[in-house]
Amino acid sequence: MAPPKGLEFLPVLEKNLGGRVTAREGLAADVPTLVTDAASLHETARFLRDDPAAAYDLFLDLASADLSRLPGAQAPKTGERFQANYILYSTKRNAHLRLKVNLPEKEPSVPTLTDVWPAANWFEREAWDLMGIDFKGHPNQKRLLTHGGFVGHALRKDYDAKQRWLCTEEDLLQTELAAQTDEPSDMFETTTLNFGPSQPATHGTLRIVMRLDGETIVAAESECGYLHRCFEKMSEAHTYSQVFPYTDRLNYCSPMLNNNGYARAIESLLGVTPPPRALAVRTILGEFSRVMDHLVCLAANLVDIGGLTNFWYAYQPREEIYSLLEACSGARLTVSYGRIGGLAKDVPGNFVPWCREIIKGTRERISDVETLVTRNKIVWNRFRGTGVVTKEQALAWGFTGPCLRASGVPFDLRKDQPYEWYGEVDFDVPVMTEGDNYARYLVRVEEMKQSLRIIEQILDKLPGGPVRSDDYRVILPPKEMVYNEMEALIYHFKLVFEGVKVPPGEIYSATEGANGELGFSVISDGSGFPYRLKVRPPCFPLFAAFEKIIKGGMVSDAVATLGLLNIIAGELDR
Amino acid sequence: MKITGPSLPIAPGKIAPPIAPGVPSTGGADFLTTKLDVAVQWAQSNSLWPMPFGTACCAIEFMSVVSSHYDLARFGAEVVRFSPRQADLLIVAGTVVDKLAPVLKKIYDQMSEPKWVISMGVCACTGGFYRAYHVVQGVDEIVPVDVYVAGCPPTPENLILGIMMLQKKIQSGELARHREAKTFVPIRVGEDPVTAIPAYSNAVMAHVPGRHALPGMPPSAEDEATPGGKREMDAEIAAARGRENP
Repeated sequence: MAPPKGLEFLPVLEKNLGGRVTAREGLAADVPTLVTDAASLHETARFLRDDPAAAYDLFLDLASADLSRLPGAQAPKTGERFQANYILYSTKRNAHLRLKVNLPEKEPSVPTLTDVWPAANWFEREAWDLMGIDFKGHPNQKRLLTHGGFVGHALRKDYDAKQRWLCTEEDLLQTELAAQTDEPSDMFETTTLNFGPSQPATHGTLRIVMRLDGETIVAAESECGYLHRCFEKMSEAHTYSQVFPYTDRLNYCSPMLNNNGYARAIESLLGVTPPPRALAVRTILGEFSRVMDHLVCLAANLVDIGGLTNFWYAYQPREEIYSLLEACSGARLTVSYGRIGGLAKDVPGNFVPWCREIIKGTRERISDVETLVTRNKIVWNRFRGTGVVTKEQALAWGFTGPCLRASGVPFDLRKDQPYEWYGEVDFDVPVMTEGDNYARYLVRVEEMKQSLRIIEQILDKLPGGPVRSDDYRVILPPKEMVYNEMEALIYHFKLVFEGVKVPPGEIYSATEGANGELGFSVISDGSGFPYRLKVRPPCFPLFAAFEKIIKGGMVSDAVATLGLLNIIAGELDR
Repeated sequence: MKITGPSLPIAPGKIAPPIAPGVPSTGGADFLTTKLDVAVQWAQSNSLWPMPFGTACCAIEFMSVVSSHYDLARFGAEVVRFSPRQADLLIVAGTVVDKLAPVLKKIYDQMSEPKWVISMGVCACTGGFYRAYHVVQGVDEIVPVDVYVAGCPPTPENLILGIMMLQKKIQSGELARHREAKTFVPIRVGEDPVTAIPAYSNAVMAHVPGRHALPGMPPSAEDEATPGGKREMDAEIAAARGRENP
């Protein structure tokens, strides 16, 4: 039998491991899946990374799951309960893969993969924190998102969602960690600097403890979780449609892109295609959101390094885009405009000329910022050669998005796996090879220009017609139908009370968020509520690597680097 | 408010408007008389130095409020300070989670009197739609709040309204009086002032029932009722913590 498409290396792997790895059938829209056991996980992972026919060089996500409440055919085997799903990507073959390991109820444990993909480090810590899966050999397995006073593993199905634990100052990160590093004997004296969480350059909720020799950072440890709002647990208690407002607040600089990504995941699971006009509007507003995200990233970062004027320039187009989003959805920031099978409602009548006007104004403001910044001596000194990430490092640390492209890997899901309208427009993917802060700045500026280009092309051929699917099993029927037809009333009632019934299954669906690959791993049990929803936040690997990037540099360079990595706490901590 | 001081020379037939609440017009003369309290409150309310404790989406809207379009400078509150020592208005913008709660408390304690707190957005006011295991259900669990601003996130207009309401509160002097009495009277934007709020000293860290309080805090009623039960639970929790936090 020929191996499934995309898994041509499977016979070799099966031969090496003696039948302990099998391919599993899934939805056509889903990524290919391999199932293995904990004992052969490490060997399988090494093969998948090193074999030239597999070449999965990017570790994207670790989606753990507690299967104990799954009904019927989906229920786990006796004695089994947990599951670890590793999501991998090959930049050479442009292919995703899910590697699945089933784990027992008692003492679930797998070997760590941090030595195969260093990016796995924080993902494994998160899985330990929230799901209680033990990673044997992990260098630093302790809680990541919750605090030291927390008891239990919150994403297990038997954990009460409302059970809180008091956190005192002693439960926060132990600061002696930074002091434990080896000090060379010629070092005169080192000091420990606590950077954040309430520090203007950390934008609220990031914390880094640094060990300094003078102003040089000799060791650092970053910590997140100061905005862990339990997105994944909350989404399990809400219907699929009710999750949209929560997705807005993941990356609150570009909420529309999260809406699009989530809607796409659920639509792929359902097999529903929204009308072309809905997809076009999603693409347009998504690209505007990307512009907003990059603008706030640059504006805030330039304030951090002392260029306040850019903040006023960069915020003006944001206000104009906010007004457009408000006219479309009713909310400035947290739009909740997406729906499964389309959009909440159609765009206003003057949408096209309004968009064109915004594009014109935004181009002018971007050009103003560029004039001030791009060839500015101070910016050159602060950005060039600081925060350097090589191509190999970026891949090993799991970077995606502008930061990966600034390090020389031309990976952009909009181009490589086109969705929505990206296949039908002409745009370039800016790539730099330096990998320093200046490269990241230039990539972001160029991406904004390309986004505006994409919007212009779609505006030229914006299709008419409805923005909502006519499949009333997934989307509310129009009010006049509800009031006049029995069937529509029933659909309305069922949708409101039970939610969208998504067939049992599993999917990993990814879109290009403003910071990189935004993935949603969804497990459905056939009810109106997501059984398990795991987000692959683009910021998470970026911030995990931050402590390594800044090592050896100055404190002020760390500030510039932090801003240009664009860590958004909402999606970092969820 | 009764205006004190000598009667002022005003040109016949003209009624001069007051310069500020409690500060009568001098009618063209180059001096004015008032009470010291009123003058200080007037000055304080018009030169608020906010410290944004921005954590999430609301912080982005706060940035909109201070940037050129909405321009908080018009209300005398544009000197944004990130050091609690230099600020007198704490704007809690965004969700505060349990892990961040000690940080917020510390920052509030570091601010010097007089100080005021605005809770911006429903997450800061009540926890919002995050009824979850790691989210503080309203920052008034930790710090006393003067003005609650609703919205998710609030529109810039709404936050400006909240700041204007705080200015009124400061000018009326109501706030300082209540803090002396260990009570505070919050106002909800868009609602009538609410008066029935428990004393601040008891509201600090109103924690999850059955869990132990912060060191130095008075024990909760439940803890006092079952002293034995609390100890047993603590031992159990300590054992679990030891297991899960190597």
